[in-house]
Amino acid sequence: MRLRSLAWVAAAAMALPALGCGKGRTTDEILIGEYGSLTGGIATFGISTKNGSTMAFDEINSAGGILGKKFKLLVEDDQSKPEEAGTVVTKLINQNHVLAVIGQVASSHSLAAAPICQANNIPMVSPSSTNPRVTQVGDYIFRVCFIDPFQGAVMAKFATNTLKAKRVAILVDVRSDYSVGLQTFFREQFKQLGGQIVSEQSYSQGDSDFRAQLTQIKAINPDAIYVPGYYTEVGTIARQARELGIPSTVPLLGGDGWDSPKLWEIGGAALNGCYLSNHYSVDDPSPLVQKFVADYKARFKEVPDALAALGYDAAKILADAMSRAGSTDGAKVRDALAATKDFAGVTGKITINKDRNAIKPAVVLKVENGKFVYVETVTP
Amino acid sequence: MNTFLQQIVNGLSLGSIYALIALGYTMVYGVLRLINFAHGDVYMVGAYVGYYLSRKMAGREPSFVSAFIVMLGAMAACALLGLVIERLAYRPVRRASRLTLLITAIGVSLFLENGGQLVFGPDPKFFPSLAPHFDFLVADVRLTSEQTTVIGVSFLLMILLRLFIMKTRTGKAMRAVSFNLDAAKLMGISTDWIIAVTFALGSALAAAAGVLIGMQIPKIDPLMGIIYGLKAFVAAVLGGIGNVPGAVLGGLLIGISEVMVVGYLSSTYRDAIAFGILILVLLLRPQGILGRVQKEKV
Repeated sequence: MRLRSLAWVAAAAMALPALGCGKGRTTDEILIGEYGSLTGGIATFGISTKNGSTMAFDEINSAGGILGKKFKLLVEDDQSKPEEAGTVVTKLINQNHVLAVIGQVASSHSLAAAPICQANNIPMVSPSSTNPRVTQVGDYIFRVCFIDPFQGAVMAKFATNTLKAKRVAILVDVRSDYSVGLQTFFREQFKQLGGQIVSEQSYSQGDSDFRAQLTQIKAINPDAIYVPGYYTEVGTIARQARELGIPSTVPLLGGDGWDSPKLWEIGGAALNGCYLSNHYSVDDPSPLVQKFVADYKARFKEVPDALAALGYDAAKILADAMSRAGSTDGAKVRDALAATKDFAGVTGKITINKDRNAIKPAVVLKVENGKFVYVETVTP
Repeated sequence: MNTFLQQIVNGLSLGSIYALIALGYTMVYGVLRLINFAHGDVYMVGAYVGYYLSRKMAGREPSFVSAFIVMLGAMAACALLGLVIERLAYRPVRRASRLTLLITAIGVSLFLENGGQLVFGPDPKFFPSLAPHFDFLVADVRLTSEQTTVIGVSFLLMILLRLFIMKTRTGKAMRAVSFNLDAAKLMGISTDWIIAVTFALGSALAAAAGVLIGMQIPKIDPLMGIIYGLKAFVAAVLGGIGNVPGAVLGGLLIGISEVMVVGYLSSTYRDAIAFGILILVLLLRPQGILGRVQKEKV
């Protein structure tokens, strides 16, 4: 009994100084927390984002930092599990006392962590969650990417104006909010522009045989097929469409869910001549983009995908807001973030609107022999 | 009309995969009265063995010879796997109650699924193309070489199996064991050997199905056996479990009805229909389409 109470005293004695130094440590550093999927099913998303944000903070620090302080980034892995996102963000805020949070790519993860940031008055900037609900959590939650309704509309505009398509078929993943969202907004905009949706077929994430749907679509002979899914299914769909004799003059159209090196591995030549909407293009001749691509390649030995670019922009915008606010206080940074206007990011000129979403252009890319080639920029 | 015929072809190529897997279920049920739930996972292992073998062949041009070698390799590996599963998992509990055997089967299935995720990795893998691709039009219906190969090879294997069961001594012994295991033993048939052969054959057919699906739909993952296994099981029950031609018929029926549902109704009902058919069959004709009524002797 005495031994146990002694142990308690010892533990308390050790814990006290630890508690004490928690707040005091941050005098010459600005602590930023980032949560992302560094392992598990969507690990490439988290790693790309982390690479991008790390690079951005390093650049700011080597230029002298802001407010006389340097940034320190703490990255926590949520193992590709939404419930884990809540746990690690709680730790970042309560234990590490971060002043702002960056994350996540997947909207379901962002939705798990956003209420925690909101409750603690800690600004959260999501680099690439496109589901509209994420920023509706509260006034401390921002994003630097466009949202699903815009992306669907972009492709509808492109199909009408550039491809001159009149009759389009849709093949949608009914199990994904992302895919259904894009379908809804594409259909709306395309009809408004005078086009006609001639067939709507569906599949479920994880399916691997799409011949039945594609046979029906082929019989209708559309000008193009909108497939707003994720790359695994899209690659298979492209391959099976061409096998069934849907000619390569009928392009498949899609969104940023296509953006993966795996897409070409699965679909191969069947994807040539297909189009997708995305956040940025590595071919963009603007010096800002070219410098980012060159620096990223030199540091990480690979071509940065859109997620890396958005991670970079999220970090830069956060730093910009803090320097404009002249403080790292949560409420002041929040107000500065909300006032962001025409910020020149790698992924375009970013303005934050009253719903805390980024208003910015999207690019349309064409698949050509395993590369995404820049076609045009569509502004909101 | 063309669309309809095209859908029939799509259904036949999907259905022959179900049929090949269903054969393994039905054969094992025939000799052991066991629903071998690990069978769908043997099919998954077959697809992976095919994947690694075809990667080994990657330097060579796609040809039917290399496709043939890959398929034989996968079938041999899975036949061996079937033997090992039977020897290590099922034989020790063969005399125990039917429930023990069933639970063992579920255990083996979980072992293969999770072992597969550990060994092959949880991410999907993508089959390289094995055989040269070309397609031809028959009365405006497009047949791809993959679909033709799948349908052709499946039917060839099913005919070979039929010949094996009906014409050879071992086949005759299998039928005897299926009819009455104890009586067959009294007649001097080595039942252990016959059961082992049945497992090897069934697993080899599942491996063939795995490679064929890889040719047609290049995406494979360690959990792919679950839903295919379940549907093939439905096919076996539909045709009359224990009945070899019944399994083929059931597989084709499920494949065609699934494609028709997706094509003319909605993909959301795809699985509902397969299992709806199972419920209907169990209600109206519990012994299956070609199954015979078995009287329980007390």
